[in-house]
Amino acid sequence: MYDVAIIGAGVVGSAIARELSRYKVNACVIERDEDVCCGTSKANSAIVHAGFDATPGTLKAQLNVRGNEMMDQLSKDLDFPFKRNGSLVVCTKDQDPSLLEELLEKGKKNGVPDLKIIDREELLKMEPNLADDVVKALYAPTGAIVCPFHLTIALAENAADNGVEFFLNTEVKEIKKADGHYVLTTEGETIEAKTVVNAAGVYADRFNNMVSDKKLEIIARRGQYMLLDKDAGAHVSHTVFQLPGKMGKGVLVTPTVHGNLLVGPTAEDIENKEGVNTTMEGLDSLAATSSLSVKNVPLRQVITSFAGLRAHEAGGDFVIGEAEDAKGFFNAAGIESPGLSSAPAIGEMVAAQVAASLGLEKDPSFNGTRKGILNPAGLSMEERNELIRSNPAYGQIICRCESVSEGEILDAIHRTLGARSLDGVKRRTRAGMGRCQSGFCSPKVMEILEREVPMSMFDVTKNGHDSKIVFGYNKKI
Amino acid sequence: MKYDLVIVGGGPAGLAAAIAAKDNGIDSILIIERDRELGGILNQCIHNGFGLHTFKEELTGPEYASRFISQVKERGIEYKLNTMVMDIANDKTVTAMNSEDGMFTIEAKAVVLAMGCRERSRGALNIPGYRPAGIFSAGTAQRLVNIEGYMPGRRVVILGSGDIGLIMARRMTLEGAKVLAVAELMPYSGGLKRNIVQCLDDFDIPLYLSHTVVDIEGKERVEGITIAEVGPDRKPIPGSEIHYDCDTLLLSCGLLPENELSKTAGVELSPITSGPIVNDSLETNIEGVFACGNVLHVHDLVDFVSQEATNAGKNAAKYILEGHPAAAKELEILPVDGVRYTVPRYIRPEVMDDTLTVRFRVGQVFKNCAIATYFGDQLISKRKRPVMAPGEMEQVILKKSQLAEYPDITNITIKIEEA
Repeated sequence: MYDVAIIGAGVVGSAIARELSRYKVNACVIERDEDVCCGTSKANSAIVHAGFDATPGTLKAQLNVRGNEMMDQLSKDLDFPFKRNGSLVVCTKDQDPSLLEELLEKGKKNGVPDLKIIDREELLKMEPNLADDVVKALYAPTGAIVCPFHLTIALAENAADNGVEFFLNTEVKEIKKADGHYVLTTEGETIEAKTVVNAAGVYADRFNNMVSDKKLEIIARRGQYMLLDKDAGAHVSHTVFQLPGKMGKGVLVTPTVHGNLLVGPTAEDIENKEGVNTTMEGLDSLAATSSLSVKNVPLRQVITSFAGLRAHEAGGDFVIGEAEDAKGFFNAAGIESPGLSSAPAIGEMVAAQVAASLGLEKDPSFNGTRKGILNPAGLSMEERNELIRSNPAYGQIICRCESVSEGEILDAIHRTLGARSLDGVKRRTRAGMGRCQSGFCSPKVMEILEREVPMSMFDVTKNGHDSKIVFGYNKKI
Repeated sequence: MKYDLVIVGGGPAGLAAAIAAKDNGIDSILIIERDRELGGILNQCIHNGFGLHTFKEELTGPEYASRFISQVKERGIEYKLNTMVMDIANDKTVTAMNSEDGMFTIEAKAVVLAMGCRERSRGALNIPGYRPAGIFSAGTAQRLVNIEGYMPGRRVVILGSGDIGLIMARRMTLEGAKVLAVAELMPYSGGLKRNIVQCLDDFDIPLYLSHTVVDIEGKERVEGITIAEVGPDRKPIPGSEIHYDCDTLLLSCGLLPENELSKTAGVELSPITSGPIVNDSLETNIEGVFACGNVLHVHDLVDFVSQEATNAGKNAAKYILEGHPAAAKELEILPVDGVRYTVPRYIRPEVMDDTLTVRFRVGQVFKNCAIATYFGDQLISKRKRPVMAPGEMEQVILKKSQLAEYPDITNITIKIEEA
């Protein structure tokens, strides 16, 4: 019997797991995919909002601002890339500048520090590539960018290192209330837990509705993005948002922590909760809409496009806390934007609620720090040579576009919750994330997975399940 | 470390450049190759058709490469395998890394860039749909099949009719897969005519010109591909969709010279070729830095890569031994009326070799037209060509003696005219 079973190993489930691991607790995380960070957490804007957008008094407002505050220390403790690049909401000449004032006021009420409205002259010094029609902007210096993969993986690894069990490739089919606990049925097995945390993203309504009559309805809101080559990464240095206008809520143009440029998202409510496909209309609209705020976005340098699904709850706010009619069942549902920004604060809040409910004690052996995969690019030549002498795999480059060495890939495979697929390696090391999009390195990474996991070449996948890469030997398919 | 000449890349271009430099008096040469063997992409090109120009016989890719590798070894030219060049500074300091030596720098008197090219990826093509397993560049599939011995697909659709895609249509078929169709965005193929006949027609694989992929289905592995006809604006025409149940999409949609290192050195690149802008000695804007092969511009035939690289190696040797010639007059070669670019871009009539092969591609299919060369306003030659297509490189040979007769011109024009 577990004290807590968390459904979903996205950024929210992982943050809750890590916060819970501060306590003496017998907890597990159940994830349907083969790795952590496989749903909404892997396909989003990769930004940490300052917190001026949410309506004051909402959970979104409170947790966004708190999550933003927590990120500096968290990124040091867990060693993931995070940068306060500042954000701008730009207003064009045919838009109503009083909307910026409204945002400013909301931000002040939410407790966002140092907001100010700046005019075009000053703006152009900060962002020379803003569109010609941009007249003013709301500047939020606490706006930031983060690597959503590394954030989620770091939280999960740290939770696992502090004793939380992870069941990957395990989909919860059914949840039933039993006598003072819950029984979760997965493919052929059952997991019993005193409490359940529902962090199932777009499927959170399904699990809530299995145990509670207070029904939730999660709508999958698709966001399509285009990622540009690092050559285009300096086109803007701040995260540039648009004021809502004729073209809808607008799209953002932002650098990423890894130096690429990201443009997106669209916002389309769709029926299919697996619908992470991009569409021609969606990608075309990004090109048109982004030009309203930033000029000459070098779209010829797009290296990949992707789509993610935001879990929009019909009520509009995050749904967090114990279900009224299901004691011990805690929701972390409807976590759409600013979900990534809020995740550490959601973790804090839900863990505290669960701990209070179970009467958990703090665990003095909790270690809240974790070392990420070493990035040799940050080393001096002497340090790098020392590293290669002690482990020659760091001298062998596998991914030429992102300069990822075999040493980093070995670390990604062999560490806690290690990579088992091409995408698992990619999210941890960036091998295959560059301009050739894994054309050159994928056969080499497959060989490394085959040797190191070890596993059959025919079981190597792109991202688990049936995403196999090769079917058989030549002439034997 | 110090070498007279560092050659970045041990594929066909790097090998030929090294041999030529050695034969022209340079002993201190280092070839740096990132892969585990010399020969570059030829090692996975196990089909025949290589070497018709160079050796007057038909070789496979590995056979062609081995002839150059043998020559490199006979001459005792040094090379390092599994070694990645991390940076080239504009003073020709090359920083490289491998497992044995760690990270190290080499001071070079001259550098030959021979890094080759990469394939355009799905992302760069903006193909909508899901992102499942089963989408490969044709070259990646070629490596899996020909080097590793694994089949990446059973039922295959190919987008793009570049040569690697055509070759892989045949290869996948011979290894037991069913290739359902090849779709090509343009109204003409990007590959060599002989490959369309030998790799598609002979196996009854349909080629759909003016078609593109408009949807990719399947969340885990590819389950279906939809192609559609495109209009003159290259936008899909509604109602023209054809759907295939398949598990694999191969992409052969163009090659991009890999000039990330060239950029670190400050080499000026052409937006048309994505390769360095060079003069008649294949030297870039950085003195002593030369370029050849697919990093300079994408070739169809390796024979021409070898020829070009031989010149680059010879010119690098000359530079190392004699230094730069005194400032000579430089003419620009202007590509107009259907000619997209020329390599080289600049020519120095006083210091050039007796003859210079200028290579270029046309921007569309031309039938019964001619390649016209002008020195200033003066028509110098007009050569009839029954068919010219973007997929086949064209050339013009310029003679030093002929240029000497026109001392006052400031440019040369190459264009396509009616025959």
